[in-house]
Amino acid sequence: MINKTAIYVLWLREMKRFLRAKSRVIGTLAMPLFFLAFLGLGFGNMNIPGMGKVDYIHFLVPGIVGMGMLFTSMFSGISVLWDREFGFLKEIMVAPVNRVSIVIGRIAGGATTSVLQGVLILGISVLMGFKITNISALLFSIVFMLLISCTFIGLGLIFASKMRDIQGFQLIMQFIVFPLFFLSGALFPLENLPAWLRHISSIDPLTYGVDGLRGVLIGISYFSIGFDFLVLTGFSILMVFLGAYFFEKSESV
Amino acid sequence: MVAIKVENLVKKFNGFVAIDYISFEVKKGELFGLLGPNGAGKTTTINILSTLLKQTSGYAEVAGYDISKDKNNVRKSIGIVFQEPALDNKLTGKENLEFHAMMYGMGKEERRSRIKEVLELVELRDKGDVLVENYSGGMKRRLEIARGLIHRPKVLFLDEPTLGLDAQTRRHIWEYIKKLNKEEGVTIILTTHYMEEADFLCDRIAIIDHGKIIAMDTPERLKDKLGGDIITFEVEKDSDKFMNEINKLDFVKSVKKHDSKLTIMVEQGEKRIPELIDMAQKNGVKVKSVSLHKPSLEDVFLHFTGKTIREQEADQKERVRKSMRRFGR
Repeated sequence: MINKTAIYVLWLREMKRFLRAKSRVIGTLAMPLFFLAFLGLGFGNMNIPGMGKVDYIHFLVPGIVGMGMLFTSMFSGISVLWDREFGFLKEIMVAPVNRVSIVIGRIAGGATTSVLQGVLILGISVLMGFKITNISALLFSIVFMLLISCTFIGLGLIFASKMRDIQGFQLIMQFIVFPLFFLSGALFPLENLPAWLRHISSIDPLTYGVDGLRGVLIGISYFSIGFDFLVLTGFSILMVFLGAYFFEKSESV
Repeated sequence: MVAIKVENLVKKFNGFVAIDYISFEVKKGELFGLLGPNGAGKTTTINILSTLLKQTSGYAEVAGYDISKDKNNVRKSIGIVFQEPALDNKLTGKENLEFHAMMYGMGKEERRSRIKEVLELVELRDKGDVLVENYSGGMKRRLEIARGLIHRPKVLFLDEPTLGLDAQTRRHIWEYIKKLNKEEGVTIILTTHYMEEADFLCDRIAIIDHGKIIAMDTPERLKDKLGGDIITFEVEKDSDKFMNEINKLDFVKSVKKHDSKLTIMVEQGEKRIPELIDMAQKNGVKVKSVSLHKPSLEDVFLHFTGKTIREQEADQKERVRKSMRRFGR
């Protein structure tokens, strides 16, 4: 049922495109890094309640990594639309490969490039003064990055399957991606939100991603790391399943 | 042996009927053409036969496999060149071919030799390592034809293979298509709205209009059906009476009026022209120009639909637009 060669070649294609699109990589890295630099400097000396004993830059870095994952993964899921626009989707869909393998290949490629970018953001943060205490923290953070990535590639696939063209992409960025980002607690502690907003936050998958990243990287989290991991795993399975379902149902021409 | 069998195929999009009960068969090794204006349902037919779209009703078989029940085997048996480029511009020509060969489960050695072979066939050997975004339109087309062939399909679909190409490249591609069909024995089904393309390439043609097949035969026989020669009179003003008069003559097979042009089908046209001009003068009709030619597929199309293919295209667009408005697509 699962076609390994097809998964591999779809993954390989994403890698090649990623390595060749330098401007895209720079573009997607730029925004998180600006957030990190300016918010980190601007709020650096402020005492924000609910943050515990860490300084703001340490609080912020996991949030910005989460933001990077959110943006690149959503983009990767929605990029099916670009393949449709440029006709390549037909080439994929007419091949004797079952749809599940196509979705897995797509997610594998997208997740790899997203995690690479997440690690890059983390690396640059270290240069800016962020301290990673041990190597296992890094490994656990990669696990969380992968889960965030699968969740939002899945969500991106759902949108891509429901949209006819790339016109709606901006709307999704404004009305889905940015709220997901701001509600996740990436920039400020969730304690500071009013209760009703905190409820909304609790259905945002990125909340658990950012919280988990914070837990493994700086040892401070709102929920327990295990809880974050379980909820996020649930979200990623659900989203990948739904993404695959809608992708299979959508027409490629 | 039958390569493609289509029975009462129907496709509706939100009530708009794109294909309206079409049936045809294509023999193994045949070069079959679907000829018709844009929007007649050619591409939809190809998309259904290649499993990209589901038919609304009807049955079809490709290479012996039911397109609804045996999709994977259909997909394995076909190669397809889409109307619009379907290449990854950020990959090189070779990488595009490699992607395809791997998707079709070919082994490493076979891939290597076959990619070399097909690149040679379409004369892109030197361009294999160039990014596709730097290819010209003709090169892209050739690469796509090469790609469609890598996995040795039994049936090759070509959807408007020369659309938007210059005359010279078009000639080139025609030659490849002929060669493929003759030398590799691939069954080819192509769509086109270029009459001369259908005429030059196809063993058999189905003329398709408004989602229906209105005529199907070899190009020669389609033209023969019209019979003899075609005399076209360009006339001024009211010519209805003149037309009726002509229609009464024994040697005239048929007369059709189209704008200011009268298309008259006769035997031995060159001898009939003086007679017809005399008659026009007697009826007070001023003849602006006269031409005589053997029937072309353009005439066949005009004969069956009452319109030239270009006019039909304009109509078709209007029809689609209206229907889209109605159904809010």
